Amino acid sequence: MTELIYPYAEDTHPPLDSPGYRSTGLRAPTRRPIVLPQRFTEITGPLLVGEIGPNDHDLTRQHDGEPQGQRITVSGRVLDSGGRPVPDTLVEVWQANAAGRYRHAGDTWPAPIDPNFSGGGRVVTNSLGEYSFTTVRPGAYPWGNHPNAWRPAHIHFSLFGRAFTQRLVTQMYFPDDPLFAYDPIYNSVPEGARERMVSRFDLDTTQPNWALSYRWDIVLRGREQTVFEQVDAGEPHDD
Amino acid sequence: MTEYPLTPSQTVGPYLSLGLTWPAGPDVVPPGTPDAIRISGVLFDGAGAVVPDGMIETWQADPDGRFAHPDDPRGAAEPGVPGFLGFGRSTTDAEGRWEIRTVRPGALPAGDGLTEAPHLDVSVFARGLLDRVVTRIYFSDEPANDTDPVLGDVPTERRETLVAQKDGDGDYRLDIHLQGPRETVFFQV
Ligand SMILES: [Fe+2]
Repeated sequence: MTELIYPYAEDTHPPLDSPGYRSTGLRAPTRRPIVLPQRFTEITGPLLVGEIGPNDHDLTRQHDGEPQGQRITVSGRVLDSGGRPVPDTLVEVWQANAAGRYRHAGDTWPAPIDPNFSGGGRVVTNSLGEYSFTTVRPGAYPWGNHPNAWRPAHIHFSLFGRAFTQRLVTQMYFPDDPLFAYDPIYNSVPEGARERMVSRFDLDTTQPNWALSYRWDIVLRGREQTVFEQVDAGEPHDD
Repeated sequence: MTEYPLTPSQTVGPYLSLGLTWPAGPDVVPPGTPDAIRISGVLFDGAGAVVPDGMIETWQADPDGRFAHPDDPRGAAEPGVPGFLGFGRSTTDAEGRWEIRTVRPGALPAGDGLTEAPHLDVSVFARGLLDRVVTRIYFSDEPANDTDPVLGDVPTERRETLVAQKDGDGDYRLDIHLQGPRETVFFQV
């Protein structure tokens, strides 16, 4: 029996019951979850799913024309909490256009749709755990949570890692957004952990005459192995 | 070794379909696979209303109880079923309905002489969920459920929230209740 586990961090994730975010009210489970020991189904997971199209990494090239807005690249590394890169893992992103409008039937606020922007992308990390995609900077948008509620600009991210326990869906924000102070979703995350969701502007990787660069590393749960298994397995298992 | 602080979770929000859907998502096995089954259900909120903007993901062993994954201590195994992915993804529709088309997983050794009954691990995502919630799907016509160590940890009166009911040939049905008197059992992994 393997002793490989991915420890859970209590102080990182938002509580499901976060009253400031109204939609949690009828959707967050109210009973305490039962601890599931990590066995074969939990320490494994989908390694590569779906297909990657030729323009999935460049959200500015998915139509005949270019989308409106500030062209940016978003790049960084996917790591586990032990600092090991997570290679060959799928990163899925989706976002509003530069005016803050999603190309979705459910988004009807009066900001323009951009015919040249769909807002979805997919990339796979390289052998060093690095990812990169090109897009336009999304706009802020209003929502109905409370009077005059606006979401800070963000890009939605979905990650798999290599184990079911590492699955993560999150949002990447941009530095110094004045809306942080008013956003119950951003602030649902414990103090001290929120700023991990904020990307960093980077002049070194900014492409002259082309695109501003934002850098953001994503850290998934790390794997630990007991002495018991290291003895048992016979060879180091450090990938 | 340096500890890198974990990235926090955030909700998928209402527009997850822009980034997370592809047409074959619910097909864990290719259409036409012999002995394929369909597992479906409705996702409900605490008021009994359907959740039309959610997503279900499943992960499971193949029919031999193996994974095509190097971290399985028994070694990675090529699935005996051609095209088997182990992974399924279904957004909920306007009626809150989700559906996965797969093959029944095998039982799994669980250590200490125990065996896990055939099951799928399930993640549920939705607007209003700041993190995924995790549950499992077991099968109603499975005698091994009686000795499954995970079901054994669940209070008897709540076990049925994890057991898909056989509903005709190759059809299983399990509704997921995020809240309320019939709240599904959720796990911390
Ligand atoms: Fe959003």
